[in-house]
Amino acid sequence: MSEQMLEILKNGIWETLYMTVVSTAFSYLFGIPLGVVLYITDKKGICQNKIINFVVGIIVNMIRSVPFLILLVAILPFTRFIVGTTIGSNATIVPLVVAATPFVARMVESSLKEIDFGVIEAAKAMGSSVGQIIFKVLLPEAKPSLLLGGTISLATILGYSAMAGFVGGGGLGAIAINYGYYRYQGEIMWITVALLVVIVQLFQEIGLHLARRVDKR
Amino acid sequence: MIVYQLISLSKEFREKGNTVEAVKNVNLNIEKGKIYGIIGFSGAGKSTLVRCLNLLEVPTSGKVIFNGKNLLNISPAELRKCRQKIGMIFQSFNLLSQRNVVDNVCYPLEIAGVKRKEAKQKALELLEMVGLKEKAKSYPSQLSGGQKQRVAIARALATSPDVLLCDEATSALDPITTTSILELLKEINQKLGVTIIIITHEMKVVELICDHVAVMSEGTVVEQGEVKEIFVNPKAEITKKLVLNKALDASDTGRNFLRIVFEGQSAFEPILSSLVLECNTMVNILGANTENIGGKAYGQMLIELPKDSSVVNKIKKFLDSKSVYYEEGGIAG
Repeated sequence: MSEQMLEILKNGIWETLYMTVVSTAFSYLFGIPLGVVLYITDKKGICQNKIINFVVGIIVNMIRSVPFLILLVAILPFTRFIVGTTIGSNATIVPLVVAATPFVARMVESSLKEIDFGVIEAAKAMGSSVGQIIFKVLLPEAKPSLLLGGTISLATILGYSAMAGFVGGGGLGAIAINYGYYRYQGEIMWITVALLVVIVQLFQEIGLHLARRVDKR
Repeated sequence: MIVYQLISLSKEFREKGNTVEAVKNVNLNIEKGKIYGIIGFSGAGKSTLVRCLNLLEVPTSGKVIFNGKNLLNISPAELRKCRQKIGMIFQSFNLLSQRNVVDNVCYPLEIAGVKRKEAKQKALELLEMVGLKEKAKSYPSQLSGGQKQRVAIARALATSPDVLLCDEATSALDPITTTSILELLKEINQKLGVTIIIITHEMKVVELICDHVAVMSEGTVVEQGEVKEIFVNPKAEITKKLVLNKALDASDTGRNFLRIVFEGQSAFEPILSSLVLECNTMVNILGANTENIGGKAYGQMLIELPKDSSVVNKIKKFLDSKSVYYEEGGIAG
């Protein structure tokens, strides 16, 4: 393989990591509050509210049911508005965040559902406010599960980021498509796929290890 | 002084058009510094009742007056302040699994706005009282059931509450651990003057530490009064069932029996042997459930009655002379 190709792959790895990590971070920034809202407004929740729960639930489901490639194209104007361009890594982050936030919200919701309800009741009985229950009970108690969910989200977002290669996004996905698919360099395609596998594996191992270390159960 | 006053308290659960009345028109006064037992079989509504006391369950109608304030009429912020004065422990302990023991005890102080340093000091004092100071850095998963309940008790006491609610607090524990937890509760009641309300289905719990008891059945309080009174002379059918627990139930043996109640006579006085000698008869013990608490005998014993009615009269006379309470039962009883 040429010196040049190695340089391209190196860049690809870097771009993929950048897109994935930044998108995941933003998805959690928006997804955690959404997940918490879904959880606490649900029936039996600490802030039951049928209307909010229904509306947020519908929006989350709607975005989740749009195929990522369609979403990517559909929100191009929005992407241009946010980052000023529609190609490259930064332009990929916008649709990635839009697509992954509802996914993350559901992941967070399901992590919160694992918490023993008695613990929340005990907190209530001790005179905790809703905010105190969220920040001192729900999120800390769900931490190991949230971390595990985080690794799953990372792997999913990584997969999405590779798809963005089709419409001018950067990263390993773009290399696989541009060199492997359009120029029939199968070898390059397999190398990028192998690299993606290694990255997913790394994320998974690190996540599992972290979750196990912080879990005091 | 009265800590809690319940006035015609009712709680209904509505599910798919079905209405279940879990608590029906309960009136109860709870005096400061006492230990109250609320006893009943599963489904009697006792858990719902205790959960109405701190509004974990909002009553459908009636009043819950705590320290002179009707909890149903105050703002959410005021309710949170009141709840800090109402400690609660549960059957399943409900400790925060991701916090260590001392941080669990700190939690109620944290939310009450107490400074970290002060909170930690208070938590360590409480852990010392419940005998778990050396476990301060352990996590709940590393503790036994009894130890978890001790941590929960320390946590419930952190904000120096006026009342401690115990919702089946010993039901998940073995008999020996149960006794030690009950002893701890009694000690807390005596040392700190905290009023304790205990929900249980075990008569033993009530016998051991309660001053007052209310018996619940199908959502209503069927009988209430001093434990001694109720234990010696149960009136309601359900109370009799609770007092005469299964091991002691001789009604299906088809024999006439006498229930003798020990309510604090000297444990060292051989009452039964004296009875045998004095009445010149043999007795057949059908069942016994007695406990020696501080040198005094508590509990009950069932003996089979002889066929000869003159002997029976002799036995009764003897028991009268020793002022031991008894009750006849059985097919012809």
